[in-house]
Amino acid sequence: MSDFTSGFWSLYIGIITLVSIAACAVLLQSMSRRRVSTDPENTGHVWDEDLVENNNPLPRWWIWLFWITIVFGLVYLSLYPGLGTWAGAWKWSSAGAYQQEISQAEQDLAPLYAKFAGKTIPQLAADPQAQAVGQRLFLNYCAQCHSSDGGGSKGFPNLTDRDWLHGGEPENIQASILNGRTGVMPPFGSVLGAEGVKDVAHYVRSLSDLTVDGVRAGRGKVTFMQTCAACHGPEGKGNPAVGAPNLTDKTWLYGSSEATIIETVTKGRTNVMPAHKDFLGEARVNILASYVYGLSHPEVRQ
Amino acid sequence: MDLKTTYNYSVVRKFSLMAVVWGIVGMLVGVIIAAQLLWPELDLAPWLSYGRLRPLHTNAVIFAFGGSVLFATSYYVVQRTCHARLFGGWLADLTFWGWQAVIVLAAVTLPLGITSGKEYAELEWPIDILIAIVWVSYAIVFFGTLVKRKTPHIYVANWFFGAFILTVAILHIVNSAAMPVTFWKSYSAYAGVQDAMVQWWYGHNAVGFFLTAGFLGIMYYFIPKQAERPIYSYRLSVVHFWALIFTYMWAGPHHLHYTALPDWTQSLGMIFSLILLAPSWGGMINGIMTLSGAWHKLRTDPILKFLIVSLSFYGMSTFEGPMMSIKTVNALSHYTDWTIGHVHSGALGWVGLVSMGALYYLIPRMFGRKEMWSVPLIELHFWVATVGIVLYIAAMWIAGVMQGLMWRAVSPDGTLTYSFVESVKATYPFYAIRLVGGLLYFSGMLIMAWNVWKTVASGRATDASIPLATPAHA
Repeated sequence: MSDFTSGFWSLYIGIITLVSIAACAVLLQSMSRRRVSTDPENTGHVWDEDLVENNNPLPRWWIWLFWITIVFGLVYLSLYPGLGTWAGAWKWSSAGAYQQEISQAEQDLAPLYAKFAGKTIPQLAADPQAQAVGQRLFLNYCAQCHSSDGGGSKGFPNLTDRDWLHGGEPENIQASILNGRTGVMPPFGSVLGAEGVKDVAHYVRSLSDLTVDGVRAGRGKVTFMQTCAACHGPEGKGNPAVGAPNLTDKTWLYGSSEATIIETVTKGRTNVMPAHKDFLGEARVNILASYVYGLSHPEVRQ
Repeated sequence: MDLKTTYNYSVVRKFSLMAVVWGIVGMLVGVIIAAQLLWPELDLAPWLSYGRLRPLHTNAVIFAFGGSVLFATSYYVVQRTCHARLFGGWLADLTFWGWQAVIVLAAVTLPLGITSGKEYAELEWPIDILIAIVWVSYAIVFFGTLVKRKTPHIYVANWFFGAFILTVAILHIVNSAAMPVTFWKSYSAYAGVQDAMVQWWYGHNAVGFFLTAGFLGIMYYFIPKQAERPIYSYRLSVVHFWALIFTYMWAGPHHLHYTALPDWTQSLGMIFSLILLAPSWGGMINGIMTLSGAWHKLRTDPILKFLIVSLSFYGMSTFEGPMMSIKTVNALSHYTDWTIGHVHSGALGWVGLVSMGALYYLIPRMFGRKEMWSVPLIELHFWVATVGIVLYIAAMWIAGVMQGLMWRAVSPDGTLTYSFVESVKATYPFYAIRLVGGLLYFSGMLIMAWNVWKTVASGRATDASIPLATPAHA
């Protein structure tokens, strides 16, 4: 065991523990005698005019209570880890108990998920039982960021519209959940300067028909073609292959205000969707993907 | 006033009056944060936010209120039972002003967000140093008085006070060891799981020594005095004293069950917490049985009601604690409001009530009166406080068990049945009941303040004289 730097410390813990419990027992035993040398009605000590002490024997039930806890402690330490590196007769460990519970749960759940094996994601989206499981999985693992109705929030995509950063085909959704996604918008503040960023922001707003300063938007277009079009495309329609958002629709991950777009261009954005492959396994991810697919495809749901 | 022939009541007076003041402040902050849990929109400003007020509440009730009570009572008891004036002259006054400075600094820095982030040890390093200075002075005054005592034996209350003072000094200095970065920022001397273990070794012994041993010292003086009965059993006090102070030291790991703390450490924390049950109950038995032959006094004497009911809560929470330290029970109770209920049955029921009983005994005597200005108001305070405690802890028990069950509920497909926010929503009614309980307890404190005010106004600061001859002893 790596808890100890040397065998000495294991021995040290074990001995000190047993000696300590024994000390409690000795203390208790030494005071448990029924006969008391002094008069039980008075120890003869007096303080502060009238403070005196009787010397009644220890209550029997209390002595027994004390003994029971001591014996329980010793029995527990013989069965469970406690005395240094001694693992206990039952070889219990919290990590082992956890593994056992997990594998038991996997075993219990296997028949349920086996029913869904081999079905495509649209098929699962049409299966009410799979959708019930999918919704519970979604509430457990996704709702914290994407909200309980899948509507998303600032920085976390809405899953119910048909607008997708990384593609909305069943296999795209499945891949997003399995492997996660990292969307990176690099910072351009130092490259473009404050004025340059503002010009680009005006051009970007013009793509979705928001009010802009025409002169700035004109200058910004030049910069956009040189700098932004590589990912967002010359028309600003985005590119799902690199997760670059479409800038011409009305959907905004962070917001469409001039200030927000300036912030996005200046500082960049990094968006992380964690991978769930190892954590949930493919069976659950398939059901989750079907639930997410169904959110924007109500026609396949029953 | 002759310094040679009278007890030093001046410092006791100051601490007991400030105890009432800090009690009101600390409990008011408690009421505010309880209301914030019910109405989160009450987080009006950063310095009024729950995260900053919660440590202010715990520091104010434990160290400002509880600390002032402990200073007042230990200084009173050690003088009265040693037949000697406090040792160290002005040093006792230094502990008063130093401790008040610590409290004021805490009340300023915590709302500003200045914190070392260790529970019950949040204060930053300059304040920690001030605490250490005050505490060492306290130890010099207390043990100095014990040394110059005129009585042949050391009274049992002083064993507990002595253990409390000595251990808190060690706990504070070891746990607060830190590397300062700036004047108001430091980092712990320990890292990772060692830091967690040192923190909860400190944390649980803050409960064990500050909130238990110290207040048992109070119990051992004020119950026999108020009941006018002898202590039930000297032998019981010997066994439970040594077993208690020895065993408490081991119990800290039960705060870290099912964490990165090694299994063996968790097991030791659990079994010593269980062994702690009988020693804890020893104090309760000794206090309650001291009343044998004088049970009728409970009907008429509200101060005794405070003292004896506090012991019932002590017995209850020291039973509950070992049970919660059992790992399988802890798996349900940990991180839920059950813990909050457990803490408050100890804090409101035991520490609070025994403090109030002792202050009601102490304050009239500090001001040359036989009893408080109004005894019926003590009775009223007792009932208001008791109903408040019952509402508070019952609400938190139910809420805690419910949360524990909701968090672990699993659907047949392996998903959690409830999301976290559903358990928060289900807790709302219990937060309301808790707030009512807290408000009742707080209003009891206001009743006390009024009664104390009238007592002080109608009395005159009086210092009792030290008995000349040592009483005869066998």
